[in-house]
Amino acid sequence: MEVRKEYAGELARLMQQNDKIYILDADLAGAGGTKALYAQFPDRCVNVGVAEANMVCVAVGLSASGFVPFVHSFAPFATRRVFDQIAVSVSYSEQNVKIVGFDPGVHTTYNGGTHMTFEDIACMRALCNVAVLDIVDGVQLRKALPYIVEYKGPMYIRFVRKQTDTLFDENYQFRFGKADKLREGADITIVASGTMLFDAVKACEQLAKKGIGADLLGIHTVKPLDEEAIVCSARKTGRVLTVENHSIHGGLYSAVTEVLSAQCPTLCDAVAVRDKLTQVGKLDDLKRDYGLTVDDIVTRAEKLVQSK
Amino acid sequence: MDVVQFSKEIRRNTLRCLHSQGSGHVGGSLSIADLLAVLYSKHMHVDPNDPRAEDRDKLVLSKGHAGPALYATLALKGFFPMEWLDTLNRLGTRLPSHVNINLTPGVDMTAGSLGQGLSCACGLALANRAKGSDRYVYVITGEGELQEGQNWEGAMFASAKHLDHLIVFVDSNKMQIDGLTKDVMDVEDLVAKFSAFGFETQRVNGHDHKALDEAIVRAKQSREHKPHCIVMDTVKGKGVSFYETMGPGVHSTTVTDEQYLAALEELK
Repeated sequence: MEVRKEYAGELARLMQQNDKIYILDADLAGAGGTKALYAQFPDRCVNVGVAEANMVCVAVGLSASGFVPFVHSFAPFATRRVFDQIAVSVSYSEQNVKIVGFDPGVHTTYNGGTHMTFEDIACMRALCNVAVLDIVDGVQLRKALPYIVEYKGPMYIRFVRKQTDTLFDENYQFRFGKADKLREGADITIVASGTMLFDAVKACEQLAKKGIGADLLGIHTVKPLDEEAIVCSARKTGRVLTVENHSIHGGLYSAVTEVLSAQCPTLCDAVAVRDKLTQVGKLDDLKRDYGLTVDDIVTRAEKLVQSK
Repeated sequence: MDVVQFSKEIRRNTLRCLHSQGSGHVGGSLSIADLLAVLYSKHMHVDPNDPRAEDRDKLVLSKGHAGPALYATLALKGFFPMEWLDTLNRLGTRLPSHVNINLTPGVDMTAGSLGQGLSCACGLALANRAKGSDRYVYVITGEGELQEGQNWEGAMFASAKHLDHLIVFVDSNKMQIDGLTKDVMDVEDLVAKFSAFGFETQRVNGHDHKALDEAIVRAKQSREHKPHCIVMDTVKGKGVSFYETMGPGVHSTTVTDEQYLAALEELK
């Protein structure tokens, strides 16, 4: 099932139980999947039109009145376009607004260039008290949603709308702020977030065939980061490779190296976008161009291990 | 206290607050003192002993830099001790230069980064509707602030969603930081603009208590299902002669011991 359908389905279930959840869209309700909620909950859904700044601040008013508003747009328009609204009216005002960004990074494909963001996590992570989730699949999102609703405070959640692949099964348990340990190995730690976790899993299989054992940590909560898991694994392996669908500036690599430099200085490398402009293209072509493929993960991991 | 006396006390204590720092946003604080006096003596349904009461009217001071005028009003109404007014902008204060929803009892929304207040107020009004409350949400914007485009996103929204319990006051004191508003970036005709955006719009003398009160009553009596806008013609620095004639510099200026005493003399 598409992630957006899982998202809307679980929201509908939660909205039946919780009359404080409020849905806001900026002319992308159909694209993001929330349109299905409008008929069922007409009094708790509002489409503001193409006006993201207004959407965020209307959500602030709802939050200040006790509602739990969810605002939606493509990742760049949900974050960088409304950065000051989020900084002042959400973060500084300590409002309980959930900010949902669709199709982050390379997943924008043919809408890339203008609609593509590699800096959304950097923007949100820099703001005081804003939690940041980079979701891998529909199961993880569905399992996370009850927690997101109950969580008191601003949160940014990025996911890919139309994705149907799943990494996790129904037994998956979402633990906010905790890494998912997906593989054990002694030679290198691979820390991957969001959809890059699919590639990291494949890369670990290839590395295993080459005799390289990897600790694989899946990170959904980029902020607050599971420092303990990362430091613990880094102590064991002595090498850390981060893997993210985001700029190398301010995202997972930054978050991980900030922790390690202070607590466990470790040689690190990143599979990330290295200060390259956004562009249009097919997903596979974009991943190749930005160096975000399984092969890129394997190559960088091998080099890191060899540098021991 | 009658409204005239209340407005004087608001001005006196606004200057007390600013004098504690020696300077600040004098002009735009003094220009809204009469509106605050009318609102808080005749219209705002609020309880100083329960500032977060569910069933209350709310005020969004979108021109958040006029915080000292609101602080003076709230202190006089008993929301917090008058002594707090002497703590403006000190580290750890409950009274920051620009208003903050979490720090000050009686402040219903953070503002200061201009242009966000009307949208936030739309959210408050939408929440009232969802809860079945008929309480009012008031917004005070500056006319210079209306140069921020987000105001017009909010205005479009208020009208499209028929937020008729939303009353927007424009403090049109004709000046902004860099000069006269008409020279920097003219915003008129505000009545035509808000009317075109679907508001029921009035224009009054923002220092005439009776006119202000009547305009608010008219807005509340309307059955048009439209949001309301009351454009107030005001004087920046109103109530103190040397601030009234200072020009655009009065936006942020000094309140020295000498100026403070002279102002209090005029506001007897």
